[in-house]
Parts: sequence; structure tokens; C-alpha cells
Amino acid sequence: MRLKSRHLLGLEGVSRQDIELIFNTGVTFKEILSRDIPKVPTLRGLTIANLFYEPSTRTRFSFELAEKRLSADTVSFSTNTSSVQKGETLKDTVQNIEAMKVDMVVIRHQAAGAPHFLARCCDTKVINAGDGAHEHPTQALLDLFTVREKYKKIDGLRVVIVGDIKYSRVARSDIWGFKTMGAEVAICGPTTLLPYEVEKMGVKVYNRLEAALEGRDIVIVLRIQTERQEMGLLPTIREYVNRFCLTPPHLAGLRENFTIMHPGPINRGVEISPEVADGPYSVILSQVTNGVAIRMAVLYLLSGGRLPNSRRKARAS
Amino acid sequence: MDDYQLVVTGDEMIDPESGYSGPGTIYIKDGSFFKIEKKKLSQEQSKGLSNASRLIDATGCIVGPGLIDMHVHLREPGREDEETILTGAAAAAAGGFTSICCMPNTTPPLDNHGVINFVVERARSAKVRVYPIGAITQGQKGEIITEIGDLVEAGAVAISDDGYPVMNSGVMRNAMEYARMFDIPIISHPEDLGLVGSGVANESFNSTRFGLSGIPNIAEEVMVARDIMISGFTRCALHLAHLSTAGSISLVKEAKSRKVAVTCEVTPHHFTLTDDLLESYDSNLRVNPPIRTKRDVEAVKEGLKDGIVDVIASDHAPHSQEEKEVEFQAAPCGMIGLETSVGLVVTELLEKGIIDWMEFFKKLSLNPATILKLQGGRLQLNAPADLTVIDPKKRWVVDPKKFKSKSKNSPFVGRRLKGKTRYTIVAGKVVFEAQS
Repeated sequence: MRLKSRHLLGLEGVSRQDIELIFNTGVTFKEILSRDIPKVPTLRGLTIANLFYEPSTRTRFSFELAEKRLSADTVSFSTNTSSVQKGETLKDTVQNIEAMKVDMVVIRHQAAGAPHFLARCCDTKVINAGDGAHEHPTQALLDLFTVREKYKKIDGLRVVIVGDIKYSRVARSDIWGFKTMGAEVAICGPTTLLPYEVEKMGVKVYNRLEAALEGRDIVIVLRIQTERQEMGLLPTIREYVNRFCLTPPHLAGLRENFTIMHPGPINRGVEISPEVADGPYSVILSQVTNGVAIRMAVLYLLSGGRLPNSRRKARAS
Repeated sequence: MDDYQLVVTGDEMIDPESGYSGPGTIYIKDGSFFKIEKKKLSQEQSKGLSNASRLIDATGCIVGPGLIDMHVHLREPGREDEETILTGAAAAAAGGFTSICCMPNTTPPLDNHGVINFVVERARSAKVRVYPIGAITQGQKGEIITEIGDLVEAGAVAISDDGYPVMNSGVMRNAMEYARMFDIPIISHPEDLGLVGSGVANESFNSTRFGLSGIPNIAEEVMVARDIMISGFTRCALHLAHLSTAGSISLVKEAKSRKVAVTCEVTPHHFTLTDDLLESYDSNLRVNPPIRTKRDVEAVKEGLKDGIVDVIASDHAPHSQEEKEVEFQAAPCGMIGLETSVGLVVTELLEKGIIDWMEFFKKLSLNPATILKLQGGRLQLNAPADLTVIDPKKRWVVDPKKFKSKSKNSPFVGRRLKGKTRYTIVAGKVVFEAQS
């Protein structure tokens, strides 16, 4: 089985079959990760460049680990400076990648569409590790994977995403992904942090957290950047906390197997209280573990290879 | 033997002023229209022409007064790597324009007598007529108005801070009040920077999908409304540049019904492109105002059809390859347009029955001439003989290698168009002739 697309630039338009293929591959890799020597030679000889134009620890470590577990050769590049400033432009980067014969690029960039720019300009395969406010497909895939692991299905589950939807790439990818897999998705946040005509994505919109949580199975809490207040989109962080911070009282009366997710990094006390973040409903840390397995699956499938345990069979035929 | 500099004959000659459309022969002497006949040149007549008289047989083509693009950026002085007055004029000639008006956002800006004078001097050796537009405010900072009298004396045909809005309404009021005594229009670049914020694309479901920060249509419309009000109050002629939204068109419609002295223009990209194309994140699609929704495109076309929109102008905005080959949000705004305008107007408007050839020559020649009080725009005896001959059936593909413009930033590269300029004639001189 192969993925339909050469690149993973976003989850909008990615089929249910492709997502399921990634899940099934992810299950195999998760098993490998639990072995004594959690490493396979699958991507030996393949060169992967991790280009992080924006600060990231979690996603970058997760990708690097996934690549190392697959025995790929990796180069990583991390910078805080935007290419808008003087220095290396994305175009230069592209040409260097070409010259160094990199097979695959993982890119995180503050500009929406930067991975598309790479995909258009060079021959290598591109994985979007978060582009501006556009998409963060592997985060959504690991969220979906974590949910599927817990509930054994995604169809019919009721999900709500809370927080800064407007500037969130995680929200967009999660909305597309959960919708494709048959979940019912709602969003909740202050009106200034909701993007234009977001309901056209097929989500129900709430402005009150209590109402949004009613009858939900899963809540995905997004990080609130203090920058939003400076931009005049929130009067104060205090008012946000009063109205949208997920606290213990919200959990009363929720379903027993309720799930709380957060893509991290967490602003404890802003979008989620510490008791809730570290409480029994939280799967935040399994999200992190699953992140490695799902990224291995994506890297592997985009490389066009076969599953490691089917290797011998493939050779025989 | 009758001796002429040039004779152009064909079966479709159009004069948008008199409304004549039909066969015609135009005789040019000493750079001016000498004689205009409403019939095609006969065999005997052509034999009667001297050897020195050049004859253009424009059978199958449309012949009309030279086209005028009242909104272009020539980048000189300051960014001669992107365009110069001479290369911009060459692109204009290739596109069918006999006159162009250049916006003042150069480095330094066209905000004083000396710089206007520089443009006028440079333009003397250009292929087409180049008219400078002076700045409204000193340094285009939106604070203190320029020496408008001096600018007009040096050759400015209008004033505008194009590229930037005049955010302070009091400054705009003073500028209009003051400009009125020189009988020139103020060209407004309607954009409220507070509403634009960090926006880079039209705010719509598409900006939501693509994660691009949005520029709402109200960022344009509140300024359109404001400038219409100031124009109504000061009685200064107002021309609104590059309108892009349905709301702007209806504001102009309403203002015209009240006889406010307002005119407006739209660009070919705003009646052709919609924001769903941003899926490609092609930075050549980054433009200000942004390409909008299908509904806006339809409203712009409706405005062209019912005469609310007076002018089609390209907003030709050259940018270097290195500046455009970056992330969408980091790219400068604008696209070149001089060499694709005619093809887009024919393909998108004439072929689709939105406007006819009479309206074509009004919006691309007569109306800009009238608004800016330029010579041209009409087939008038003894006036300078500027003509454009268009082959309406010519099919072609936009090829950046053929651009005369120094810059190649066009999202229309590779597009199939119908309708192309065959000859561009300035003062009786053929400045552009299409190869076969």
C-alpha cells in the first residue's frame, strides 16, 4: 500500500483510507518501539533534513527520534530567525537540499505555505511539521491515533477544540482529520480568535465552554499565546482564564471515559488548570509517545517502502 | 500622389467619443490625424498613395484610439533593476498602450518638482507617452501635503499616494480642498491599515483554510466610503484606484447616483482571479488589494457592464524574482500587467459578453483621457495620432520570455488568452508591431 500523495502538506483532502493506512503502520511501529532494541533498518541510506525555522522542542525531537529509530541519516537545522530577515532564504535552502541530495525534508516554518514552496521548488519529499496558521498534519494524526487507541474507533465520537482557533494550525489539521474519520467536531473560543467562516469547515461553534463540553467525549485544549492580548484580540489574559480555562468544576458530570488532549507546550493556569492537565482524563503524555510511532509511519510510507515484518515475503515474491 | 506618414484602414474602426463603429481609414500626417474616412480604403485609393506612405491593412482587426493605462509602477528612480521608464514604456507599447501614467511610490517618491521633471525628461526617449502622477503627501507619509501646484506645473496629471493610503482624514480633506484649485483629480488608494493589520490575503473561508491572515473587504470599503464623503464635501474630483470588492462597487454606484465627482478603476486580475487559487501559495498572486471571492469578481464585472466602473488599469507592479521567490507572506505585493491587459480584457470580458468594443475603448482610452484631461482617447482631427490595432481572434499563451518588462512576476504565465495587440502607434509612428 502506498499513500496517494508524494508529500504530507496537510490533512485537508487526505482520504480516510490513507489515514487508516498510516494508523495501521503506526501500530506496527509502536510495537517496535516497545522492543528492547527499538530500532529497525528500514530507512537505512535515506537522508532526511529537519528544517525548523521556528522554535520547537517536542515536534523536532519527535521527528528526529522517529528518523533515528528507522536508521535514516539525518541533518537538523534550527533557527529562530525568519527568512524574511537577511540571511539564508528558503530558496537558498531549497537549492542546498537539492545539491546535497536529501531524500526527504521535514519543515516547520512560521509562514503558511512554506512547505508547499519547498514541494514545488525541489524534487525531495516534504513533510509539513507546522506552517504558520495553516496545518500541522502529524500532530493531528497522532491525536487521532491516540483517540483510536483508547476508543477503538473514531466514528461518532464527539470532539471539541477549545482556544485560539484562528491562529492554530493544530486546530485546522484536527478539524479536517477528525471530520474525515467520522467524528463530530465543535470548536469553542472567544469570537476574536475564530477564523472567518470557520463553520464552513463543518464544525459547530461555541463561545461558552460549559455549553461546548456538554455530551463531549474528547476536548482538545490549545495553547494561548500572550501575544494575542498584545494584538488586541483579548482584553486581558485574566478574562480568557475566567471564561475558557479548563478547570476541575468543568469535569463534573462529564462522561466517564472522557479524554483531555493538548498538543503542548502547556500554559498551565491559562488554558488548562494544572490539576486537569495532570489529572486522570489527560492523555497528554501518550500523545507524545504516539507521536514518534505515527511519524515513523509517515516517514516510512512516504519513502515508499514496505512494512518491515513483510520484508522477507516481499523479497521472495 | 498623396503623401502620408501612415494610413490605417480596416472594417472595424471605433471612436468611443462619437460612438462610431464601422469601416474606416485613418490618414496620418506629421504625427497627427489628417483625415478620417468612414469607409475602407479602395484599391484605387491605395494605388494613389505615395511610396513613402506606409499602409497598414487592419482587415480583421479592431482599430481605435491609443490605449491609456492610468495606473502603472515604473520603479525609476530607485529600483531600476525591476523596471525603468524605458523598459516599462516598451512593455506598454507591446501591450497596446500609447500612454501610461506612473505612480509616485519610487525612491525617492515623486513628491517634488525635481523628481517629476526627471520622469518627464526620461520619458522623452520612451516608446510611449509617460505621464507622472505626483504624491499627495511629502514622502508619501500621509502627513503634510506636497507642493501640488509645483507638481502640476512640472507635468503631474494627478496626485496619489498609491501604495499607501492617506490614513488621516483631515490630511485627505486638505489635499482634496487644495488640489481642487489645480483642476486635477486625487487618486485614492483605498485601504484602512488598521483593518488590514497583518493581513496578506482576502479574508474569507479560503484564508481560513490556508491559514493566511486576512484582509477583510471592509478595509477597502471604509476608505472608499470616507473618500467619497470627502470628495462630496470638498467637490474635488476623486478617482478610486483598483477597486476589488462588491461593497466598493455599490458604494461608487450610490455616490454616482448623487452626482459626486467620483470615478473608479478595476484591474484585470480583480475581474479574473479568485482567492481559492491561493491554495498554491504562489507569491505572484500576492497583490494589494488582494484577489477576492467569486462574488466580488462577479460584482466587479457587473460594475464594468453597467458603467459604474469607468476605467480598466493594470496596476503594473514589477518585482524582482529574488523578492518574489519567497514565502507568500514575505513577498512584496503586486504583479505586472501591461502586456497581459488586452488579452485578459478580451478573454474575460469581450468573449463573455460583459462589454463590447465600444466600451473597451471607453474604459481603456476615452475615460482615462477624460479623467486626467489627456490628449487622446478619441479619433480627432489634428490631434496626435495615437492608435491601437488589436487582433481580436489571435490566440496566444503568456510567455515570460517574451515580456518586454524587466520583471516577470505574473500569475498569468502559461495562461491561454484570446486577443492581442497587432500595432501600437504613437504620433503616427509604429512603436510596436506583433510578429505574424
